[in-house]
Amino acid sequence: MRTRDLSYWVFLMPVLAALTLVVIAPLFLGIYYSFTDWNGIQTKGFVGFDNYIALFKDERFLNSLWFTTKFSVVSVILINLIGLSLALLVTAKLKTNKVLRTIFFMPNLIGGLILGFIWQFIFTKAFAGFGSIVGIESLQGWLSTTSTGFWGLVILMSWQMSGYIMVIYIAYLEGVSKELLEAAEIDGANAFQRFRSVIFPLVAPAFTVSMFLTLSNTFKLYDQNLSLTGGGPYNSTQMVAMEIFNTAFGRYDMAYAQAKAVIFFLIVAVVALVQVYINKKREVEM
Amino acid sequence: MRKKYLIPLEVLGIFLAIVWLAPFYLMVVNSLKTKREIFEDTLKPPSSVTFDNYVQAFSELDFLRTFANSLIITVISVVLIIIFSAMAAYALSRAKGRISTIIFFVFVAAMLIPFQSVMIPLVTVFGKFEMLNRAGLIFMYLGFGASLSIFLYHGALNSIPRTLDEAATIDGANRFQVFWYIIFPMLKPITVTVGILNTIWIWNDYLLPSLVINQKGMETIPLKMFFFFGEYTKQWHLALAGLTLAIIPVVIAYFFAQREIIKGVSDGAVK
Repeated sequence: MRTRDLSYWVFLMPVLAALTLVVIAPLFLGIYYSFTDWNGIQTKGFVGFDNYIALFKDERFLNSLWFTTKFSVVSVILINLIGLSLALLVTAKLKTNKVLRTIFFMPNLIGGLILGFIWQFIFTKAFAGFGSIVGIESLQGWLSTTSTGFWGLVILMSWQMSGYIMVIYIAYLEGVSKELLEAAEIDGANAFQRFRSVIFPLVAPAFTVSMFLTLSNTFKLYDQNLSLTGGGPYNSTQMVAMEIFNTAFGRYDMAYAQAKAVIFFLIVAVVALVQVYINKKREVEM
Repeated sequence: MRKKYLIPLEVLGIFLAIVWLAPFYLMVVNSLKTKREIFEDTLKPPSSVTFDNYVQAFSELDFLRTFANSLIITVISVVLIIIFSAMAAYALSRAKGRISTIIFFVFVAAMLIPFQSVMIPLVTVFGKFEMLNRAGLIFMYLGFGASLSIFLYHGALNSIPRTLDEAATIDGANRFQVFWYIIFPMLKPITVTVGILNTIWIWNDYLLPSLVINQKGMETIPLKMFFFFGEYTKQWHLALAGLTLAIIPVVIAYFFAQREIIKGVSDGAVK
């Protein structure tokens, strides 16, 4: 097959049409609209960088950006830590290891919206019930303050995503050769040394993949945010994805929301590329 | 790992499994209680089991129809993604050259674009052409799902030798026959992965249907769940029965295909 053959274009046509109409055209159209006063129906004209200048003074947007960053950093660390620990646990020769894998992975199959609702019940009802039995006041009214709302989201995401990351780490852990570990043991390396000097360098590529997945998932989070806290109290747990949605479809400020969306795209792209670049470099050195 | 550590690790594993399942346990247990009993004690098992909540949730969610809506959208989208992504990846892997490299790069780069960045123009433009309906939604899933699928197929296709294509061509097969009868069957393992990843995503997607599906009676499970939950926000007995109903199909599917699902997800992330 050559690129000037008709069959080449016939094979490519359906996905090329879909990608163009669904992703590429809206992306460029969106960038164009972000420089106008578009209201979703029509534009009166160009406003230059006005929308962009305004959003750097927009406290609600800046707060959501800061909240999202904080949430992503904490979640990425926790999810990877728990995920790797679970992977180490279920790759030990346990009798229950197949069942454990199945259980830890399960939350990933259920949609974020539904998981958020389940946890809303756990935090508001079950935590309160448990708190009154053991006499811990602070378990009352979860999700009603900014900091507990933050930790609520972190707990939900860690519970959901650790199992996913576990599966990735398992794939790499199972590739670590038994001979290498035995050789290290014979040389007198203890369990910690074996982990640090043999296992860890060999699973480093898994770290790149899982960092990328957790980072992009937590940064773009919407469903769980919507169903767990709804952004409340007082928009304090509103993440960027939700802030953009509300600016667009809540306040119908379309061009302005689109400017936020363009900035969001730039941040996601830069963070993802930098992260992969740093991790790849680190892998090579090891 | 030495043997003496195994028993404490086993105990730790079981403890963690209980922690992991606790939210589901609390959901199911409380969905079987009356409104009053949930209010009195959320942690205890129900004193007498009632299925009234389920009966009401089932009819208010219009569960069979909602389930069918989700199924139709997911199955058609996933089948189209599989067929068209495999075809595109085949063309890109067989016709090497600058054009293929650029197109492949555009597909991969599209994975970096967050949905929110294209959401607003997408919805307004599709709205203008009256495409905010089921067909439009499926077309959008094809566009958003193609990138990762092509990436996975492309990797698998590069390890299938071209001499196979050439042999079949000499025997008189045309492009489509070569692809359908020789190549596509060889891609079965990666097709399973592509199918699983896209099914999980599309079945659970909330945001896109919420923007696109605006006719009554067309709602998918997550979409219907959102409205249902909004209505019964203080009535946990009904809300929890609804949530349990929404999860049951997924749990059944997981029970039958857990090995394929976990392997598919792992292959999709690692390759």
